[in-house]
Amino acid sequence: MTQKQNIIDLKDIVVKFDDETVLKGINLSIKDKEFVTLLGPSGCGKTTTLRIIGGFVLPDEGEIFFEGKKINGVPPYKRQVNTIFQRYALFPHLNVYENVAFGLRIKKRPEKEIRTRVKEMLALVGLQGYERRNIDALSGGQQQRVAIARAVINQPKVLLLDEPLAALDLKLRKEMQVELKKIQQSLGITFVYVTHDQEEALTMSDTVVVMNHGVIQQIGTPQDIYNEPQNAFVADFIGESNIVDGVMPEDLRVQFLGRDFVCVDKGFAPDEPVDVVIRPEDIKVVPPAEGQFTGQVDTVTFKGVHYEMIVKVEGKDWMIHSTKCEEPGAVIGMRVDPFDIHIMHKSDEPIYRDDDPSTVIDEEAVQ
Amino acid sequence: MKSKWIAAPYLVWMGIFIIVPLLIVVYFAFTTADGGFTFNNIAQVGQYSEAIFKSILLGIVATAVCLLLGYPLGYIIARSTVRRQRTMVLLTMLPMWMNFLLRTYAWMTILENNGLINRFLNAIGLGSLPLINNSGAVVLGMVYNFLPFMIMPIYSVMAKIDRRVIEAAEDLGANRLQVFKKVLLPLSFPGIATGITMVFVPAVSTFVISRMLGGGDMLIGDIIEMQFVGSTYNPYVGSALSLVLMVLVFICMAVMRQFGSDEESEAMMP
Repeated sequence: MTQKQNIIDLKDIVVKFDDETVLKGINLSIKDKEFVTLLGPSGCGKTTTLRIIGGFVLPDEGEIFFEGKKINGVPPYKRQVNTIFQRYALFPHLNVYENVAFGLRIKKRPEKEIRTRVKEMLALVGLQGYERRNIDALSGGQQQRVAIARAVINQPKVLLLDEPLAALDLKLRKEMQVELKKIQQSLGITFVYVTHDQEEALTMSDTVVVMNHGVIQQIGTPQDIYNEPQNAFVADFIGESNIVDGVMPEDLRVQFLGRDFVCVDKGFAPDEPVDVVIRPEDIKVVPPAEGQFTGQVDTVTFKGVHYEMIVKVEGKDWMIHSTKCEEPGAVIGMRVDPFDIHIMHKSDEPIYRDDDPSTVIDEEAVQ
Repeated sequence: MKSKWIAAPYLVWMGIFIIVPLLIVVYFAFTTADGGFTFNNIAQVGQYSEAIFKSILLGIVATAVCLLLGYPLGYIIARSTVRRQRTMVLLTMLPMWMNFLLRTYAWMTILENNGLINRFLNAIGLGSLPLINNSGAVVLGMVYNFLPFMIMPIYSVMAKIDRRVIEAAEDLGANRLQVFKKVLLPLSFPGIATGITMVFVPAVSTFVISRMLGGGDMLIGDIIEMQFVGSTYNPYVGSALSLVLMVLVFICMAVMRQFGSDEESEAMMP
């Protein structure tokens, strides 16, 4: 990949706030017209990475390139990127029209051009007729649209979006996901999108960058990230996973739960301890006699499309998604196909747990 | 409503110490010594028009100087770290802990013909400067005494401005000057309006400062004081003067507010 194809390159970026190292050597290349999502839990450094590109945070070490040119010291107002801020940061003293027109007024464009462009932008985000409204007379979703119109009117080459949908309710969020993707395609520009919502990342992105503790864990397409997670952190953060300790005695064979399983992974050291990751939907429920291993159903929760069952297997909880309901207390057999068994090197990364408060750091407080 | 009852003591206080005295002033302004109704007191105000005019002029100058000093100071404090903010607010308020009269006396000893500055100038052979007993000294006294009233409201409004809004303006291509003109200034206008009110009103009606630093020069505040406690005891004319001054201040504030809201609505026009 040559530098010319990349619109943004980050090289060995290190950022420290006081004594805390927030980014520990980030290397990232973003291609023109790509939809890239920075995904990770709070405090993983995703917002800081975005602010590095926007020019609001200066890296302590490393270089940042825009279309091959180093832009480390270039102030935000001279960069060809625009940002949609968390909670929008609209100008409270200006109405919808003037908020959207702001960028063009700064550039001192003629009044006629401003009028047509603002009209275009408000049409793009579906806010025709709202020109005279005050910002505080708008709903969250409408404010979000104003923020989009205000940012894209400058025709940036890259649009940075910092958790833009976090404040919206679920239904609106789904609508806006589709709409943002449409806007990105119709404008033909690069989007760099920050979110902690893995579903949002998988739905919208061309490329997902999974981050944790200031380190990039994996870069890949949504399919890659979901199907071939590189470590237990990614596997657990993207969707639900059962993660158990195992050993690889040789290629294509893995031992866990005291049993041998056939798998499709190779290239591990003999008898290397590994993390074995199995998605809940990849476990098939069978009569006990036919199972590779058995367990007792603990709880069953109806989730709409499927049932979520917690099954005790040798004292450990396994999560299974099945369209068939089993009675709590029933003993069931389980089977896993070889290609659904994902083997990963043990890593130092602590595995992310939704319910573990110690992994949740307020990133904004750090900044 | 429970919350209404909590406000009751304050309402009583306001009634006794603000509303009632105001009514007394209005009553005296239109009353003769033997209790009859008259416009004569108001008519006498005309002979003091020069003092009134000068008071307003000096008040405007002092307010302008306070604004020029207070706005950047308020901005600097609001943009500092929280610890620094606390220290700077403390330093701003520190002079207010001293008695107003003492503070003004202190300036006398500094500015006097044989005061600190002139003694120093004499010592290095530059001769004396006329630092006291002129309008400049009065303005200095007003600025010194009322500056915190300008800094504080500007600081508190500035501190509330969301940093992201400023970042958004930079992001959209605004340089520092443009950020100031298009975002910071309009958003801090409520603080400026409060600051101007809080400096201009006491500056116009001040008494002590002009007498101590302005020589024999009398501003309207001094003249009013004389009517109540001086040799020319005449609370009827004093009340009339107070009433006229209050009305004038009210008009000044209304004009300024009008000008202010114009500015705001202008910024909102496409």
